[in-house]
Amino acid sequence: MSYQLENTQRGEKYNTIFSKVSPAKRRNRTARAHWRSRLLLGLYLALMILPIYWLINMSLQTNSEILGSMTLWPQNLTFDNYIGIFTNSSWYMGYVNSMLYVAMNMLITICVALPAAYAFSRYTFIGDKHLFFWLLTNLMAPPAVFLLPYFQLYYSVGLFDTHIAVALAHCLFNIPLAIWILEGFMSSVPKEIDETAYIDGYSFPRFFVKIFIPMIRSGIGVTLFFLFMFSWVELLLARTLTATDAQPIGMIMTRTSTASGIDWGTLAAAGVLTIIPGILVVYFVRNHIAKGFALGRT
Amino acid sequence: MNNKVPNNRAWLLVLPMLVLVAFSAIIPLMTVVNYSVQDVLGPNARFFTGTEWFQSMLNDDALQAAFLRQISFSLIILAIQIPLGIGIALIMPKRGWQASAVLILITLPLLIPWNVVGSIWQIFTRGDIGLMGWGLRELGIEYNITRNAGDAWVTIILMDVWHWTPLVAMLCYSGLRSIPEAYYQAARIDRASKWAVFRYIQLPKLTNVLVIAVLLRFMHSFMIYAEPFVLTGGGPGSATTFLSQSLTTMAVGQQDLGPSAAFSLIYFLVILLVSWVFYTTIMNMQKDKPPHGGA
Repeated sequence: MSYQLENTQRGEKYNTIFSKVSPAKRRNRTARAHWRSRLLLGLYLALMILPIYWLINMSLQTNSEILGSMTLWPQNLTFDNYIGIFTNSSWYMGYVNSMLYVAMNMLITICVALPAAYAFSRYTFIGDKHLFFWLLTNLMAPPAVFLLPYFQLYYSVGLFDTHIAVALAHCLFNIPLAIWILEGFMSSVPKEIDETAYIDGYSFPRFFVKIFIPMIRSGIGVTLFFLFMFSWVELLLARTLTATDAQPIGMIMTRTSTASGIDWGTLAAAGVLTIIPGILVVYFVRNHIAKGFALGRT
Repeated sequence: MNNKVPNNRAWLLVLPMLVLVAFSAIIPLMTVVNYSVQDVLGPNARFFTGTEWFQSMLNDDALQAAFLRQISFSLIILAIQIPLGIGIALIMPKRGWQASAVLILITLPLLIPWNVVGSIWQIFTRGDIGLMGWGLRELGIEYNITRNAGDAWVTIILMDVWHWTPLVAMLCYSGLRSIPEAYYQAARIDRASKWAVFRYIQLPKLTNVLVIAVLLRFMHSFMIYAEPFVLTGGGPGSATTFLSQSLTTMAVGQQDLGPSAAFSLIYFLVILLVSWVFYTTIMNMQKDKPPHGGA
């Protein structure tokens, strides 16, 4: 820190000697640039929040108020839309279903991706590069391509309309993603740690669980965040593989449009409720997320 | 990272993953390949058709139009999102509670289910109950996404920018955080301009994450389905019908197994090809350049 400080001061001195602008003016200028960038950022965030605010606003109004007149905030605050969702099992089961298959998918994915990512980060083996490339191609496969075959496959093995079917289907893109991220995190752990552990007499499974996994905790947390994100937001496959028992919330939301018009209030409330799990998850990983987006590679 | 040990037993570690991915990727893909060369008329009546479906799909006018729309859509959103994402990453606070708060807010759109994103924008842009639609109408601007193709396009691009720019910004932000403070100090001593700092310090460090950002954004935008489906339903007419929606209509709506399978394979191959060409070009360009410091 002191080294940095000294350097800055030296820089300042150089600037004073060679530059026509005085240090005071220069500081003033950086302060102004600082405020300008804060202002721009604030503007972007405000514009970004606006559509979400509008959704929340509508979820707190009755349908007659929504359709009646333009109000920038709820005049007669009502929680009826939310109460309606929480007291109707066909509504809240949608959330339970979605959470269930997302959780299953995260569990399955992380269990098979951890050893595989370790293999890719530590060993070379026949066909490893081709295998890795093939894995990544699965990230590029449009879900629409797999719609029909999935339906037939899961129907024929009797998994249609179960949570596990959706969880397995989401493995298509989540496993490659998890391996990709975990491999980056694992490669940043020095190999000497593995070797020392083996010399100390650790068996591979014991080393892996007792030493290695705790070392890449934050990497695993970030990976789980990404798995949650992509499984939670996907609807096309989840919708195709379910009918009634495991229907995701996204599909149940389409029920709000009936012959007599769209139930805007309930639609908005259901939408708001789908955002909340995401906020919770991102809150838990907020300190690691910046590193996670670099996929462990910086 | 060149000190990997040759060990073929590592296959055992990869095996569980391979079984699962094979179940959800290889078997379905083989089904698609199987359908694409046959005409299935009934359980026991199927004929080998060779490349007939592929030819008819490649010559289909509606699909060619959807393909062109898809390409223009992907190019437009890349041209907007990549610079905008870099810009936002540059002005994001680096530390303190503000950094956490901004991070949480910025990632918010990424965690909303895709059909809900469609619903949010559908509500937001409606002329009668939406803030944007109502606001534009009050300002006297003709705006109707169900009737005017131009409006529908602008809205879908706006929605995608809103939805996915955070991903680019987050990737760039994490790239920027890996630049040591000493680099900036050296630049200050040299009295480098802001532009020079960006061009010679920040941008080179961002190359890696930008490659990932462009790839991910290209792939996802090329597969876009739920958001435009909810927002415009592909309309007005077929002005915003993209490839995934054409495919779903064909496969599920009309049950045309052979043609939709052939279409699926072409679709998948195009994404693979573009990603591969882009990736190898970038990697070759980087190989020619001397490396900028430690990566």
